[in-house]
Amino acid sequence: MTHPPLAPPDVGDWIGVSDQALPVDEAWKWASLAHCGGIVTFCGLVRDHSEHRPGVTSLEYEAYLEYVVPRLTEVATQARERWSDLGRLVLLHRVGMLSVGDVAVVVTASTPHRAESFETARFCIDTLKHTLPIWKHETWEGGSEWSACAHDASPFDGSVPPVQQPTKTS
Amino acid sequence: MARLLLFGPAREAAGVSQTFLPGRHVSDVVAAAEECFGADFSRIVTVSRIWVNGDDAGPDTLVNDSDEIAVIPPVSGG
Repeated sequence: MTHPPLAPPDVGDWIGVSDQALPVDEAWKWASLAHCGGIVTFCGLVRDHSEHRPGVTSLEYEAYLEYVVPRLTEVATQARERWSDLGRLVLLHRVGMLSVGDVAVVVTASTPHRAESFETARFCIDTLKHTLPIWKHETWEGGSEWSACAHDASPFDGSVPPVQQPTKTS
Repeated sequence: MARLLLFGPAREAAGVSQTFLPGRHVSDVVAAAEECFGADFSRIVTVSRIWVNGDDAGPDTLVNDSDEIAVIPPVSGG
């Protein structure tokens, strides 16, 4: 399946899912507003290793596509309730086959002041990781398996999910 | 017959991405799926959520032919 390129909306938040490369540059340019002095973009990239899995070469993201955008929209709604002066918000997720270095997720938030930009982006990425119906299948030098770093898909209640501390791998 | 969708490790264990199974409640449909797909699938079901039409559902949730039931294993987006 090939999705059409993601494009920013005329109104509202830019939310989308695609099997095409995510438009990182376009996202932060779109988020630029005259009254917003801060923009934070978080990009989640495919890493060359995961826990006890050195030499990761590719990831394949499988999704319950029908509910990815609705869940992202819930995250955006929660973010706007928390940060009332939030300017523009971009939440994009990639699906399909990705290679090391590819961008898997983009969160961009613009706000009048920098602190809220960081806080909003952090809230959005932490929350979407726990709520999106998406599954990551890893291929590494020792095999191929579903991600061992998975979270129970808890019902969205607006609470901030706990931040998972990384496990140090050699 | 309700439509049951399977994702990620649940799909892999079952060998199919969707099936149609009888049942009045979620628990009936899931039990029928476990009967069809075996022990590996059952192990994944025990750590999964069940959604009905996109919402979290319990074993007693009533379902009908127009409902879309989904097995949602622990997620790993981002």
